[in-house]
Amino acid sequence: MKRSLIAIKTMVWKDLLLELKSKDVIISIVSFALLALVIFNFAFGSSSQLASLIAPGAIWVSITFAGVIGLNRLFVIEHDQGSIVGLLLTPVSRDSIYFGKMLSMFVFLTISEIILLPIYAILFNTSITHPIFLLIVVLGTIGFASLGTLFSAMAVNTRSREIMLPVMFLPIVMPILIGSVVASANILDGGGWSDAARGIHIIIVFDVLSLVVSPLLFEQIMQE
Amino acid sequence: MASMRNKNLGAGRKLFIALGGSAMVLNMYLIFIWVPTEKNLGIVQRIFYLHVPTAWVAFLAFFLVLIGSTGYLIKKSKSWDRLALASAEVGVLFTTVLIVTGVMWAKPVWGVWWNWDPRLTTSLILWLIYLAYLMVRSYAPSPEQGAKYAAILGIVGFVDVPIVYFSIKWWRTLHPQAVIGPGSTGGLDSSMQLLLLVSTAIFTILFVHLLTTRMALRKIEERLEEANHIVP
Repeated sequence: MKRSLIAIKTMVWKDLLLELKSKDVIISIVSFALLALVIFNFAFGSSSQLASLIAPGAIWVSITFAGVIGLNRLFVIEHDQGSIVGLLLTPVSRDSIYFGKMLSMFVFLTISEIILLPIYAILFNTSITHPIFLLIVVLGTIGFASLGTLFSAMAVNTRSREIMLPVMFLPIVMPILIGSVVASANILDGGGWSDAARGIHIIIVFDVLSLVVSPLLFEQIMQE
Repeated sequence: MASMRNKNLGAGRKLFIALGGSAMVLNMYLIFIWVPTEKNLGIVQRIFYLHVPTAWVAFLAFFLVLIGSTGYLIKKSKSWDRLALASAEVGVLFTTVLIVTGVMWAKPVWGVWWNWDPRLTTSLILWLIYLAYLMVRSYAPSPEQGAKYAAILGIVGFVDVPIVYFSIKWWRTLHPQAVIGPGSTGGLDSSMQLLLLVSTAIFTILFVHLLTTRMALRKIEERLEEANHIVP
């Protein structure tokens, strides 16, 4: 148990260090999410009344699309430079590799969201400091990172992986996305826990399912 | 010897097709002529006897994909993969028919071809998941890896099937509630209920036929692939 915790910590630290040097993933997530937001503005018009109506959907959809870009990069270094073989040869369980990668993705997404959410708050003229809203963001991000890591490991081996990742991943992550949008809308509309509970339950169920099933299936992918 | 066996198999298959085909013709007679017209919805309601059985077959097909995928990941044998692949292809076909008949029924009853009702949305997501399932096979680096990736998608993707089924209970919806099966409200005329069951059975026969034919074809494809490996 302790050994795998150390392994996970080392992997996350390695990914963060690489990210600190290159800033590849976070910059692409943040810039793409902002671009998506600008395009939303064209699609839905610019009245401030409408802005608060589309805010939850726009926030989550732009984070999702941008997150896919980040996911595309998650295994690219390992795959292109062949270090995945080295990683698999280390006496570390496949589960630890999965959770290490998942945690890295979670941290990347969380940092991006810390940058993005205040910008959203300004652009959509809404408050993002409600603790339940922040809880929804964290729960949604866990599910996104956990399922995304599984599909990213799969897509990196396929031809035209930039297409295969969203094609496989987006329909599967949809329940988490729906739950997050619905619950966020309830909170941003001024509702409380009881209004958002239904959406939050959906996210939690899928988070738990994904955290149990994904490591098992990840083992299958890494059996080469 | 082998040709003898194939011939006998062919005869059995022919009988199956003849019986199944006649059953389907009978089914069409029952749907379009025999069963009484529904009072409120009118003649268009007859599409119900095609729409619901297709949904059942699609769910059954994706359940078999789940079984085949799990079997393949555990045993790594091609026969499990054949079951999963054939079932997924037929399932996508039936989901397409399901959505098309749904759209045709929605226009006269709801006044629109499509609304983003939870039932409709989740069904469309289901279709997209298994489309990705078929796509990942051709984009994978090798057929074995394609089969493995597809199997993973076949397991994770099945989550959407219960969501589609229960979507009409969990969310407010325009889509009618279930009239048969678990969690149903009942209230279907006895002749209509009978026909729904008959039609479902006959569509299941059609599914078995398509599934086994596709599996047999897949076996031949595999032999061809192996032969191509020997003589490139």
